[in-house]
This record gives sequence, C-alpha cells and structure tokens, in this order.
Amino acid sequence: MNLIKRYFAGRSEAQEEKLAWPEGEENSRTLFWRRFKRHKLAVAGLVVIGILTLCAIFAPFITAYKPTTVTDSFGAAPSLQHWLGTDQVGRDQLSRLIYAARVSLAVGLGSIVISAVIGTVLGLISGYFGGWIDSIIMRLTDIFMSFPYIMLILVVASIVGPGLTNIILILGVLGWPGVARLVRGNVLSVKESDYVKAGRVLGFGSVRIIFSHILPNVVAPILVYATSGVAGAILDEAALSFLGLGVQPPTPSWGNMLASAQSLTVLTSQPWLWVPPGVMIILIVLSINFVGDALRDALDPKNNK
Amino acid sequence: MFKYVIRRLLIAIPVLLGVTVINFIIMKMAPGNPVDMLISPQTPAEALEAKRIELGLDAPAYVQYWNWFTHLLRGDLGYSMVTYEPVGRMIWDRIGPTLLLMGTSLIIGVAIAIPLGILSARRQYSKLDYAAVTGSFLGISIPNFFLGLGLIYVFSLWLKILPSSGMSTLGGNGGFVDILLHLIMPVIVLTANVAGRNIRYVRSSMLEILEQDYLRTARAKGLKETLVINRHAVRNALIPIVTVLGMEIPILFGGAVVIEQIFSWPGIGQLTMSSIMSRDYSTIMGLNLLAAVIVILANLLTDIAYALVDPRIKYSK
Repeated sequence: MNLIKRYFAGRSEAQEEKLAWPEGEENSRTLFWRRFKRHKLAVAGLVVIGILTLCAIFAPFITAYKPTTVTDSFGAAPSLQHWLGTDQVGRDQLSRLIYAARVSLAVGLGSIVISAVIGTVLGLISGYFGGWIDSIIMRLTDIFMSFPYIMLILVVASIVGPGLTNIILILGVLGWPGVARLVRGNVLSVKESDYVKAGRVLGFGSVRIIFSHILPNVVAPILVYATSGVAGAILDEAALSFLGLGVQPPTPSWGNMLASAQSLTVLTSQPWLWVPPGVMIILIVLSINFVGDALRDALDPKNNK
Repeated sequence: MFKYVIRRLLIAIPVLLGVTVINFIIMKMAPGNPVDMLISPQTPAEALEAKRIELGLDAPAYVQYWNWFTHLLRGDLGYSMVTYEPVGRMIWDRIGPTLLLMGTSLIIGVAIAIPLGILSARRQYSKLDYAAVTGSFLGISIPNFFLGLGLIYVFSLWLKILPSSGMSTLGGNGGFVDILLHLIMPVIVLTANVAGRNIRYVRSSMLEILEQDYLRTARAKGLKETLVINRHAVRNALIPIVTVLGMEIPILFGGAVVIEQIFSWPGIGQLTMSSIMSRDYSTIMGLNLLAAVIVILANLLTDIAYALVDPRIKYSK
C-alpha cells in the first residue's frame, strides 16, 4: 500500500510539475494564436482582409470590365450586366470598386512601411544614445506633431501634386513621429535590461546591440501601432481623394468614387454610386482595427491568460 | 509646480520656432512665387525683377525668413495672394464658427465617452460592454465624410428636417435655434469620432483601476459601492484621459477641414480648402501656423493640467 502510494504520489507529482507551467512549454506561436482566436471579430476581420487582398491581386480576372472601360449606359441602376450599376461616365461600378481595393491596400501598406522604417530608426537612435541627439529628435517629433496631420498632408499634397505614388510618399514621410516616440519609449525600458547590459560588457558595438538585442524586443508594439496605422492611412487617402487632392480619376479609389456624391443628383437618386465605396472603406478599416486590437492583446507581455 | 510650468513653457519656445521654420520651408517649396500671381504675363521682365526686389524675394532664404518672422512677431501675417485681404483678418472672421463646431463636438463627445467607458468597464463582457466597444470601433472606422453624406441623405433629403449647409439660413436672422439646427449634423459626425476614440481609453483606464488593491481596501472597510466607484475609481481613471483630450485638438482640426467642406460651414477648415485650391500660400501659411500654435497651447495646458490632477507626479527639477 505504502509502495503504491509512493508510486502514485511520485507520478502525480511528475504530472503536476508538467501542468504547473503549461504556458512555458507552449510554443510562443501557438500561444499567440490561442490568444488571438479569442477575438472572434478579429478572426472575421482577418478573413475580410484576406478576401479583399485576393480580390485586389486578381482584379483583372474577376471583373467583367476594365475600370476605365466606358460602356454605353450612363449612370444606370444596378442590373444583371452591371451588378452595381454604372457611373456618370458609363464605367462599371463593381469593377471600379474591386480595382479601388488595390489603391487602398497599396496606400495602407506602402505608407506604413515607410513611416515605420523612418520612425523605428530615429526612435532607436533617440532612445539608445539619449543626450542631445535624443533632445533634437524628440523636439523634431514635437514640431511635426504640432501641425494638424490632415492639414499638413493637404498642404504638402497641393505642393507636390496628387497621384498614388505621391500620396504613399507623403503619408509615409509625414507619419514617422508617432512611431519614433513609441519606439523611443520602449527602447528606454529595454535599454536597462540585463541582457543589453551584458552585451555592453561583452564589448559588442552599438549597432549590434541596437539591431540584434533591442530591436527584436520592440517589434511587437511597432506591429500593433503599424496595424492601426494602416487603417489610418486608408482613411486619410480616402479623405484626400474625396477632397480631390489624392488619387486622381480615372484611376478608381474609394475616396474619389465617393467624391461624386458631392453632387446632389448622385446623392439623392444614384445611391449605388456612393454607398458601396463608403461601405467598403468602413469594412476594411473596421477589420484592420479589430485585428490590431487582437494583436495588442495577444502580444502584450503582461497578458498571462 | 511653478518651476515645472516655466520649464514646460521654455520647451514650447523652440518647438514654436521650429514650427515657423518648417512652415516657411514648405511654402518655399511651393511652385511659383507671389510675383507671378500679382502681375499679368505682359509685364516686362525688368518690372518683375523690380517687384521681386521690392518684396525682398531676391534675398537669401534666411533673410526672407527673418523678414517674415519679424512681421509675424508684430502680428502681421501678410496679405492673401488671391483676395489681397490681410490674412489675420480672414482667419479672425472665420475662427468663431470652427471653435463653436470643435468645442461643441469635443464637449459632447467626452460627455458620452466618459460615462459609457466607465459603465462598460464596470460591466465588462456584458451586452452593454460589447455594444459600447463595437460602437467605439465603428466611430473610428467610419470616414467622417461618408457619415456626413449619409446624414445629409437621411435628414436633409429624405426626412427634410435638418438644413444641409451653412451656419444659418440665407436671409434668416441667424438666431440661436437656427444656428443650433445647422450645427446638429456636423457635430454628430465629429462627436462620433471623438466618442469612438475615447470610449475605449476610458474603459481600459477604468479596468486597470478596478484591479487595484486600494479598491479592495475601500470595499473591505465597508464603503458603499457607489462611493467606491465615484470617489476612488473614477477620479483615478480619469487622470490619463486629460492627456488624451489634448491629442484630440489636432485631430479635430483635421476633421473640421473635411466636415466644413461637406456642410459648407463657414470656418477655418473651409478657408483652408479654398486657399489650397486657389494656391493662396500666404493664407495657408497663416492657417497652418495658427493651427500649430493652438495645438502647442493645448498640449501645454494638458501637461499642466496633468501635473495638477496627478498628485503622484512631483516636478521638483
């Protein structure tokens, strides 16, 4: 009896040990997915983003018309030939809607990559070296953040000229201060960690410490910020194109398609011209924001669930 | 505290100077110069040159900047290149409507976000919580111009109960009720944005506070739940919100540009769009500068307010 007791006690102890730290055993990737999947809306968002991306990539294969092809029906209501009707010039609305997804995704991803790279490098330098370099970079971010973002973008767009590439560049180049501040803040805390100090004691150069010891530990907050940045850039492009300073017709963008609704006849009697692009913007931005929120939750080191 | 305010003011000065420099550089990048705007194509080259020298455009950039800057210090923003009106006057005439629009939206937005965020946090994972969080996501994801168009469609064109443009009825007396009716839709759009952004801030700030030990202490010593929430939790949860409010100002400015365009609201935003469209760079420069100064002042005020409301922070240095 005693023997059995000892035997089972030993086994249950061994099992308990295994159960005590299930998360330590768990692969970080499966842990991430387990937390991410708890956000049902984020998973749905991911599906929406996936479908839209596929539509954007394969646009020429799934649309019946080219976005610039002029058919013989002008401003026609939705029909079997044109599922979402045609615009005032006679172009198929559904085709334009699908092609416009390319613009939004390109602007969202392109501009955030640019501002993330600039912001991350400046933030790393500012946080790691401190002193007068830090003061200069931080005052610069203060200066740029003092201008209302949309106003600054509008002014620069009016000077540089509209167009897809310019919009990506403008949003990218003007979007870095937020990233820089975020990265700097994270670097300041990571810098004090023991492994960075160890690296310094071992005589590693600043570049090596910054890029292989500090950068990997500030990627998570950058990723979360970048996700909401993509949503913001898509909204900014839409606003800019709506005001006529963004992507120019005939290239379709959800923003410039909505601009047609500024005319009263379109607004009142041709809702198929302005409701779908608006709904698309809401759909993609909402999806990205849901994903961003779930990412924040899943990547949070303080999260122990 | 006094020292902190002074130090904070001193930091604002280089930022303000930087703002004027960046503003000047952006405008120098603009194609064409004021002389091209003032004179017809038939004007001889010598006259053009004379005008350029008269306006100081032949001087090196830093001299031009200095001239512009010293005028600025005297409160002189220059003249519009299109209407030849003083820029200061043009802005002054239009700032009222914009402040009315922004102020009302900010107040209502916060008045919605704070109670809803608190309630949402207290009943985490309830139906109300899900509704509030989803609503807040919608608020930040709807393009404000689309929401504006939708409102015009429903309330002005379909139900015909609200005016769709301007600040008062043409030929009307511009009374309080009239302005109020015109204010409703633009304010709804901006409020949706403000509330959307802030509900989740308030909620997460409140959730953090609700886990604190001192709340358990407060309950343990037998305080009523309402007292625990109002006295101990809400007060602390609202401290970080002060900072967030300061960040609303530049976003609201951007929103005003788009919204004023849609609702023909006679404010700064509309002036910005029309001067951008007519390439009236001296007016744009003045507008940009004014917006930046307001943002810097708002940041200054929120920083000072933060230091006042958070007793944990000691600014001894």
